[in-house]
Formats: sequence, structure tokens, C-alpha cells
Amino acid sequence: MNAAAAFFYLFSTCMIASAFMVIAARNPVHSVLFLILAFVNASGLFLLLGAEFLAMILVVVYVGAVAVLFLFVVMMLDVDFAELKQGFLQYLPIGALIGTVVAIELVMVTTGWVSSDASIASAGTPAPDDLSNTAALGRVLYTKHLYFFQAAGLVLLTAMIGAIVLTLSHKPDVKRQVISEQNERDRKTAVELKKVPSRAGV
Amino acid sequence: MTIGLTHYLTVAAVLFTLGVLGIILNRKNIIVILMSIELILLSVNINLVAFSSYLGDLTGQVFSLFILTVAAAEAAIGLAILVTYYRNRGSIAVEDINVLKG
Repeated sequence: MNAAAAFFYLFSTCMIASAFMVIAARNPVHSVLFLILAFVNASGLFLLLGAEFLAMILVVVYVGAVAVLFLFVVMMLDVDFAELKQGFLQYLPIGALIGTVVAIELVMVTTGWVSSDASIASAGTPAPDDLSNTAALGRVLYTKHLYFFQAAGLVLLTAMIGAIVLTLSHKPDVKRQVISEQNERDRKTAVELKKVPSRAGV
Repeated sequence: MTIGLTHYLTVAAVLFTLGVLGIILNRKNIIVILMSIELILLSVNINLVAFSSYLGDLTGQVFSLFILTVAAAEAAIGLAILVTYYRNRGSIAVEDINVLKG
């Protein structure tokens, strides 16, 4: 067994074990941490497959952003998660049934599947040998799939605006900066001159 | 022995099954449901990247990149809705979410 096979088994075993812990852990914080472990192992698998750019993106975007977002939300919400965990065993029979059916279907697809050499020869965008994975991906992404790339950016913009609109709240008793009011101020509205009689005070 | 495409497809299939199982078993906890959806998307990504690597075609990796984008957007919006819902109702139990009478 060579090193690549050993690493494949290491990464995939760790990933499946941590994926199991994601759905089985009692504490959701532990679930999120196991999710991070699963993503890191998946990025190891991507490295073994030669997709270096996606492996790094998985670490940066998923572990760095999405999983930490989950962690923030889990820690921010003050919810009794033990109560939510009830009924886990109640759904176990139907869950095991559906899981077995899905697993059998997927194994049948996976094992009863052959590829012809023609499908390899007819690759639409063959990976060039003289470029690194990132350069090759960029060369395809910015030319052939440019519109999809722009659309993906639009999706992210929509998500950003939506998340801000949903969660931004204005509390009535908190003072905020209103720039238009600041710009409207001039000498007449800001300064008040008072005629103070002498020896009387204000 | 060499690691072939079938090995990666099997790992992705197991991961997909675990994700589906997580949705069914944790029906009350919407945060774990969102995490299970992330697991399912990850297994799909492994499939796409494995095929892309073994067929020598870069399109699978481009697809995987777009799936990552959509998954990130979905997680952000889902969690924002969750936070808003918790602020309004004080609970995130799935069975309490019945205002729409669904």
C-alpha cells in the first residue's frame, strides 16, 4: 500500500467518523467542531485528487467562514439543546430504513457503473499539463464560464444584502449618526445668539 | 492497491447517507439540519471533483466552485433567518415553526 492510498484511507475514515459525530453529538458546539474536522479531511481528499485550489478554498471559505458562522450562531442563541435532542431514538427506525435504502441505491450506482474511453477522450475542457491547477481553473473560469462566474458573484451579493437586512435592527433608544442631518446644519440652526442683559446673567 | 474512482464515490455515498440520516434523526434541531445539508453538499462536491480528476476534465471543479458559492450563500441566509426567528419567537424548535400552517 503506497502513501497515497494510506492517506486516502486516513482522510476518508476521519471524515466519515466526524460526519457521524456531527449528527450524533449532544452538544451542537461539538457538532460544529466535528463539521470543521470533516471539511478539513475533505480538503485533504481534494488534495489527493489534484484539486489544490478547491482544497484551499474549502479550508478558507468553509472552515474560515461558514463553520465559524455556525459556531457564532450556536453560541449566540440561548437554546436548551438537550430538549431539542429528544425524539432522537423515536426517529431512529424510520431514519435507519431511509438511510439503508439510500445507501443501497448509491452503492448499486457506484459499483454497477462503467465509463467508456470515449467519454475521457471527449472531455470538454481538458486539464492542461503545463499549468498548475489554480492557473488552469482560472483560465477556464474567466473565459468559458465568465457569465456563471458573474452570476455566482451576484448570488453572494444577494446573500450578503439579505443577511444584513434580516439581522440589522434599529433600537429606538440607541443614538445613531444621521449624516444628512449633520450636513443640513448651518450657522442659523446650530448657533443661537442670546442677548444677555448686563449684571443679570442668563 | 491503487485508489480508483470507485473508492471516492463510495466515500461520497457514505457521507451523503449520513447527511440524509442527520436530517431525519435531528428533526427538532434546525441547526443540525443545516449542518447535515452542508454534509450532503460536501459529498456532492467530492463526487464532482473525483470525476473531474479521473476524466481529466476541469468542468467538474468549476461546478464544485459554484456549489461552494451557493452553499455559502445558503448557510448565511439560513442562519440570518434563524437569528431573526429566534429574536421574534424566542425558540428555534422546528415544530414551533408553524405560523404559515404548513
